[in-house]
Amino acid sequence: MRWLPLLGVAVVVIGFALRFNPVPVVIAAGVVSGLAAGKSVGEVLALLGTSFVSERALLLYVLTLPAIGVLERAGLREHARNWILRLQGFTLARLLISYLAIRQVLCMMGLTDIEGHAQTVRPLLAPMAQAAAEKRGTPLEQGERNDVRAFCAATDNVGRFFGEDVFIALGAVLLIQGFYAQHGIELEPLQIALWALPTAISAFVIHGLRSVLFARRLRASAAPTGAADPIHEPKLLDTDQHG
Amino acid sequence: MLTIEHAYWLLALFLAGAAWLNLRDRRWWHAAFWAVLAALFAGGEFVLAAARAHRELPAQIAGVGVLALAVLSPRMHRGEVRERDEALREADALRLRHKLFAPAVLIPLVTMLVALFGGHAIFGAHLFAQQRMTLTGLALACMVALIAALWVTRARPRAGLTEGRRLLDTLGWAALLPLTLAALGGVFAATGVGDAIAQLVRMAIPVNSALACIVAYGIGMVLFTVIMGNAFAAFPVLTAGIGLPLLIHLHGANPAILGALGMLTGYCGTLFTPMAANFNIVPVALLELPNQYDVIRAQWKTGVMLLVVNLVLMYVLVFR
Repeated sequence: MRWLPLLGVAVVVIGFALRFNPVPVVIAAGVVSGLAAGKSVGEVLALLGTSFVSERALLLYVLTLPAIGVLERAGLREHARNWILRLQGFTLARLLISYLAIRQVLCMMGLTDIEGHAQTVRPLLAPMAQAAAEKRGTPLEQGERNDVRAFCAATDNVGRFFGEDVFIALGAVLLIQGFYAQHGIELEPLQIALWALPTAISAFVIHGLRSVLFARRLRASAAPTGAADPIHEPKLLDTDQHG
Repeated sequence: MLTIEHAYWLLALFLAGAAWLNLRDRRWWHAAFWAVLAALFAGGEFVLAAARAHRELPAQIAGVGVLALAVLSPRMHRGEVRERDEALREADALRLRHKLFAPAVLIPLVTMLVALFGGHAIFGAHLFAQQRMTLTGLALACMVALIAALWVTRARPRAGLTEGRRLLDTLGWAALLPLTLAALGGVFAATGVGDAIAQLVRMAIPVNSALACIVAYGIGMVLFTVIMGNAFAAFPVLTAGIGLPLLIHLHGANPAILGALGMLTGYCGTLFTPMAANFNIVPVALLELPNQYDVIRAQWKTGVMLLVVNLVLMYVLVFR
């Protein structure tokens, strides 16, 4: 009997493996594990309802959309692209590493919600990174553009995950402290947070190096066409730099 | 006093507006989806209060609403919502230039101000409730930024809703996935799924080897996070199942170091899994990438290297 609720996990794994729409898969998994645990239909519905509304905070990022939508309507993405093209010396690798550092430091201060995929990656980082990558002289192909965007999202994730754990009064550290307190081990939040520092530094070094390699690969892939005209392309950009 | 509940009301209003616009465009499935979600957000606190008072009916109605969302989401095909002409956008961009950045920067700035100073009383009255103050601040910041954006771009106030709805429909059902997964974590905890998995892991490893326990704990955190999409959900299960009885009590591991590194090992798993939708799937939709796994593909190598670093750190530091 006690193993039966594991059927819910099976539903998740199979549903995702078969690429079904994730929303019904996840909700079906909840229903299955509830019924398998011997709950009545009414109890399962109530459990589903309360679990769902308890987590409402996870949709609040949607509130950024009206402001960002209005700015996009007036050319925010276009301007970010135009602007980065005029910035001298701001390479793709330097842009990604700077963003990673800022994201980690802000999360360490507990400010995890002020940057993110909706807030900063889509409107700012992604168009800037694309423009920086195109400084190599040839425009990005469709596939390369997608790679750059995906790498921007990845950089945001790495910065967030391996910054927030260092902050004392937020989710992760408090969860760890609360868990141990329930089991009779009393710890100070700072004791826990400090031990997240070595991993935070490792994350910065590892992903920073990967950013450098990624940028180098993009530049190299442009070489065959870019090499045909190595002198004129950069010159064109030079005239624009003080505009 | 501003509370997180006001933010939920605001969000319900926005969702209802998006439902209305879709209704006018005869996009019935989208309209129904956002309308049900708006109702769940507006009635959320009522449902929770009723459940605390052991009245099950509102929670059951909310449960039916959740099932309705599950039925509706596969029908939400990503249709084209009209966007303003690119030439017009480019012209505005050349005219407004850096002014366009100011409202966008207001979102983090105002959120940060609320997080840092929102706890102070002004003339003896608290402006913000202590609970979830940063998120309440985020909601306020979004409103401030919207007003600033309308002012800078001279757009009509209506644009806030129409443009917000454009982005919301671009996200589609993916917007809902983080919330759904977190809710599943709650259901799993209530039905004993976590306990069962921890039991299985303990049956499979040689408990007398400290190294085997470390590896089992670390890999267990990763696997569980991959399945649940959430290291927070994995942590209590694995630490209760392996960390506490085997590593701390049997092998004398330091609980503070084990807890911090265990959680971070779970975070490596978050980099691998489509279940962590708000980090790995939502950006795919936001950035209009062709493949659901594009973001994971960009970050999994960082995750693997960090996993190795974490396991080594754990083994070296935890038994000092």
